[in-house]
Amino acid sequence: MTKIVTENLHLHYGENHALRGINLNILTNKITALIGPSGCGKSTYLKTLNRMNDNVPNVKISGQVLLDSEDIYGGTVDVTKLRKKVGMVFQSPNPFPMSIYDNAAYGLRIHGVKKRLLIDEIVERSLRGAAIWDEVKDRLKTPALALSGGQQQRLCIARTLAVSPEVILMDEPTSALDPISTMKIEELMSELTKQYTVVIVTHNMQQAARISDYTAFFLLGEMIEYDETNRIFAAPKNPRTENYITGRFG
Amino acid sequence: MENSIVRAGKSKAPVETVMNVIFLICGLAAVVSVVLISLYMVFSGAPAIAKIGPLKFLAGQIWNPEASEFGILPLILASVMATGLAVAIAVPAALCVAVFLTHVADKRTAAALLFLIELLAGIPSVVYGLLGAILIVPLVFKAQTALGLPMSGSLLSAAIVLVIMILPTIISVSAAAINAVPKQYNEVSLALGSSKMQSIVHAIIPAAKSGIVSGVVLGVGRAIGETMAVMMVAGNAPIMPELLKPARLLTVGISMEWAYSSGLHREALYGVGLVLFAFIMVINVLLSSILKKGGAKR
Repeated sequence: MTKIVTENLHLHYGENHALRGINLNILTNKITALIGPSGCGKSTYLKTLNRMNDNVPNVKISGQVLLDSEDIYGGTVDVTKLRKKVGMVFQSPNPFPMSIYDNAAYGLRIHGVKKRLLIDEIVERSLRGAAIWDEVKDRLKTPALALSGGQQQRLCIARTLAVSPEVILMDEPTSALDPISTMKIEELMSELTKQYTVVIVTHNMQQAARISDYTAFFLLGEMIEYDETNRIFAAPKNPRTENYITGRFG
Repeated sequence: MENSIVRAGKSKAPVETVMNVIFLICGLAAVVSVVLISLYMVFSGAPAIAKIGPLKFLAGQIWNPEASEFGILPLILASVMATGLAVAIAVPAALCVAVFLTHVADKRTAAALLFLIELLAGIPSVVYGLLGAILIVPLVFKAQTALGLPMSGSLLSAAIVLVIMILPTIISVSAAAINAVPKQYNEVSLALGSSKMQSIVHAIIPAAKSGIVSGVVLGVGRAIGETMAVMMVAGNAPIMPELLKPARLLTVGISMEWAYSSGLHREALYGVGLVLFAFIMVINVLLSSILKKGGAKR
């Protein structure tokens, strides 16, 4: 099943033509990895999926992005509802300077959930979902910034899960983490696909090969090749994909 | 040995040592000043308080030096009420302006406004006093007439002038604190589906809390210590303060009578100074410790 359909998506930052006609289908409950050298447009593409590019000055977007067949750039779309449905985890762990509990509860409070018991319940479920509950359950009221980097990133994932998204976008979520924390987050990601559709940008090709079901290769604002991950890595059709994957550039 | 990196003798270059000493002296000068001022205030103010009796001095309701009545409760309450009211009005207003400057106005407007606001902070307080006497006191007259009270300077006028005087400080310090909040907090909040205003209220302002508190502390300090502007609008009668009646603040109490006071009267004015000094110290310590700790706990 297809969750997100992208049709002929173009994006300009002023004079810079950053995305050049992207066509890509993201499948439900799968992990799709976006790979490519720096500046190829993969992060920009990711941010078009929850409209985080809207805040960039001089940005111009054309084409279509359909989420469950609804055009997310349509005139009547409520961006806050879209972002509730399409959550995002950023490159560096960025919990708010509040307690662990308040971080996990942040989105709920924003969306008007008031009942204490309900918040408690969802916070616990989200922290369990992000595989960090056992490490923090006895110190929920302590500052989140006292956690290690890997724990902070899992807390950020929990914070995203708490608003019950359907799609989770991850922008190089492990690039600031040590190998063991990275491993934990990778294990977590395959758990997540039971409930969520995951799109991850990664610089790390082994990571893409390890965790993703589908891979899209971006280069200079174009989507060069998209296929099942094991096919892309075993037998890429496009020579530029092959060059990148085998480490000849990038 | 000519090429060895090990220096013979002293481990530090002489310049380093000299600079260290200079910085140490400068640092000590600040600390010594604070200690000396504190000691001076205590030694010159405490004897009068002891002579009059601490309870009579602090809780006495009548200030009448000719009759040797030295009760400063009206002055204390007037200072506390004027400052409290001024801060209660100024802080929310200043926060709104700071949010406007940092997150709503475009960059050029914000820079121009901030420049003007910082100019306000440099205007001599006597000018604020004049403006208060010309613009605010007559407005309060209307309220007083309507309520059948005599027209006079009042606690309310003093508080309003103080609001205007402390706004620039609180605005510029808060705006700097809000600007220093990492941009990513805003992004994360937006990505969780918050509106722009929700992210300002729930993510950015809490993250800037400790800087905002510093601004408030500076504002409180300025308000409670202000003399000239307040003296020009407050009516200055040493009676128990009410909003629309004249009030004499601690600072005004000292400056009005200093020139002609002598004997116990003059010593009592030292005592008023000591009380004011203690107030500022306690408020600074309390506000910064309580509010900042609150910020860390959340």
